[in-house]
Amino acid sequence: MIQATDEKDIEIERRFVPKAKDINDEIAWAQINKDVLRSMERPRLMYWVIFLASLALFGFGVYCEIYQYQNGMGAADLNNPQVWGWYIATFIFWIGMSHSGTLLSAILHIMHADWRKPIYRFAEAMTTFSLMTAGLFVLVHLGRVWEFYYVVAYPNERWAWPNFNSPLVWDATAIGTYLTSSIVFLYFGMIPDLAICRDNAKGVRKKFYWLLSLGWQGTDRQWANFRVAYLTVACFLIPLAVSVHSIVATDFAVSQQPGWHITSFPPYFVAGALYSGCAAIITLFIVLRYVFRFEEYMTMPILDKTCRLTFAIAMVWTYLNLVEYASVWYGDDPVAKQTLLFRATGDYATYWWAMNFLGSVVPFALAFKSLRNNIPVMLVVSLLLNLGMWLERFMIVTPTFAHGYYPWTWTDHWMPNWVQYGIVAGSFGWFSMLFMLFCKIFPTVSMYEVKEMVYHRFVARKARA
Amino acid sequence: MSLSNLIKNWSTLRVKRPYEDQYKDKDYKWAMVIDLDACTGCNACTTACYAENNLPVVGKEAFSKGQAMHWIRIERYWGEGDELPKFPDRGAQFLPMLCQQCESAPCEVVCPVGATHHTPDGLNSQVYNRCIGSRYCSANCPYKVRYFNWWQYPERAWPNPLEQQLNPDVTVRSKGVMEKCTFCVQRLVEAKNRARTEGRRVEDGEVTTACAQACPTSAITFGNLADSKSQVAKMWERQQVDLAKDKQEKSDENMRGYRIFEDLRTYPSIVYMERIRDLQA
Repeated sequence: MIQATDEKDIEIERRFVPKAKDINDEIAWAQINKDVLRSMERPRLMYWVIFLASLALFGFGVYCEIYQYQNGMGAADLNNPQVWGWYIATFIFWIGMSHSGTLLSAILHIMHADWRKPIYRFAEAMTTFSLMTAGLFVLVHLGRVWEFYYVVAYPNERWAWPNFNSPLVWDATAIGTYLTSSIVFLYFGMIPDLAICRDNAKGVRKKFYWLLSLGWQGTDRQWANFRVAYLTVACFLIPLAVSVHSIVATDFAVSQQPGWHITSFPPYFVAGALYSGCAAIITLFIVLRYVFRFEEYMTMPILDKTCRLTFAIAMVWTYLNLVEYASVWYGDDPVAKQTLLFRATGDYATYWWAMNFLGSVVPFALAFKSLRNNIPVMLVVSLLLNLGMWLERFMIVTPTFAHGYYPWTWTDHWMPNWVQYGIVAGSFGWFSMLFMLFCKIFPTVSMYEVKEMVYHRFVARKARA
Repeated sequence: MSLSNLIKNWSTLRVKRPYEDQYKDKDYKWAMVIDLDACTGCNACTTACYAENNLPVVGKEAFSKGQAMHWIRIERYWGEGDELPKFPDRGAQFLPMLCQQCESAPCEVVCPVGATHHTPDGLNSQVYNRCIGSRYCSANCPYKVRYFNWWQYPERAWPNPLEQQLNPDVTVRSKGVMEKCTFCVQRLVEAKNRARTEGRRVEDGEVTTACAQACPTSAITFGNLADSKSQVAKMWERQQVDLAKDKQEKSDENMRGYRIFEDLRTYPSIVYMERIRDLQA
């Protein structure tokens, strides 16, 4: 930790302090506690509007799932070539969304990017909940969901193991590991803050936070252990995050269907994942900033930095997207080329062009400072980016089924019916519902790390005086 | 496969087929030849398959949605482009399509639970009890010959007393499992058991599939490829098709035998014989 003790140190520090301050360094520690704890008490009316709307959507999704469970997968209007439909497309979408939480909380933590501190907590929560949502889709799309545990590799008396050649087994293992680690990481980072909640809560809530804070007292020894543990889990999580979406990409790359059998899929998927995740962070940033009155912490300079990061990732994704097209176009498989042409000119051409426009052109809005600082514009842009990324996943799954190797199964204009719409909508409800509940129960802004942000300047100012 | 086996020998999990002379010393390798020149598209094979294998008749609505359950289907082709004469000036060309029982099957590697796997006699089998319905096998099948139970068919396909005509040797599948052509495995198992008790190999012509049995023009020939004297083995030999090759070298270019999608290296067990009849026929 930097100890600014004399005038020379302060000079050096002043030279390296960025021009735009991320948050107001006049803010007092007690004020930080007060503001964040307030968010857990009385949010704006908008909170309840969002929460109830998500609850209603989730309820409808549950109804659709029950209907499908009782009648069979035919209720979802899937058919022989179109065996996966929107379920797998949305599954990839949610898996992808889970990546940026790790980017912000683990990678940027190791890179000492301080601006992440006020926003990483909710990004990490987003990771956890979107992974849970993705896990739901694995279950929803199974024909016999009651036998789902056959996929898990566990020692059993029947001596029956899953097929370790199958990417779906890798999927189940990778997602399970990533979900567990994300929850652990989210919880680890929250312990000092839970102790603050414990000290300020009453009644049942006090008991709850007392249990969760694991006897945190804030002693030097605890802090030292905490730092090491947190860094260790962060380092553990980064390769996991990369591996999870690479493995989801192998679901497609390992198979031999035209349009899927592409070596560049894993990095392409990871880039797409970070992209949609960053866009989702911008959306949630704006929502939380308004709903919980976090204007002091989720400041415009931080939004600006997030947008710039998103823009960079958008360009990486665009590049990899073009690489995918090029490798198919110049490749040796005429059917894959036909499938690519089918995407661009066939039944799904509207969606394909929309995806390319939303994914590669719309992000240029993030390149302009005036637009970056305009909150309504950013809300719309971030939602559009995520729509584009959802369309990307749709364009991976559906056209390959519609126009695969075998001409007899070429189908036109397949679109899902209300059951699939309902379940996909329900997944968004489930995610927002969990996320909103989390924000109400746990501190969404990391109090102790925001204090670190103002600490150096506090010391510097004191030394100057 | 126990945990210790798993740790000791990972190589048992590797797919090592096909290779040259894989079935040379084996007793059985079931294979088929379909002569497209003889096929008249009468659909008798499909009907026979429905009767033999307890396939549900799904009804018009489900059929038009693409949820039909025909393990063998007759495809109609008129050729590509607009210049070719169409119906009624020209009849369709028929292609009976069923599971190709690939030696290196794309469906087998991707099944997460190993519900579809290769049997020692060269069949691509499907274990209904193990299937969880992820449909990855169907997604990865280039021929799209795997059929999923989209609905609880036993409840609706055979209203009383139609369930009396179900074949007792074949499972009735519940909703949520994948199924496909088995080369009438129940007949094969029965014949093999009978032969084993008599201490011999199943003779050529002793067992055949329902489709081959029903075909009025004998377009479908079924038999044991490992038995070099069987009709199927002779036909494969005559057409110079090698099971373990993804590109056949033929001495005569006019030779009719071919396998579908050989370049995908699926190594199918079904040889099709090209149609040479007059295109106008």
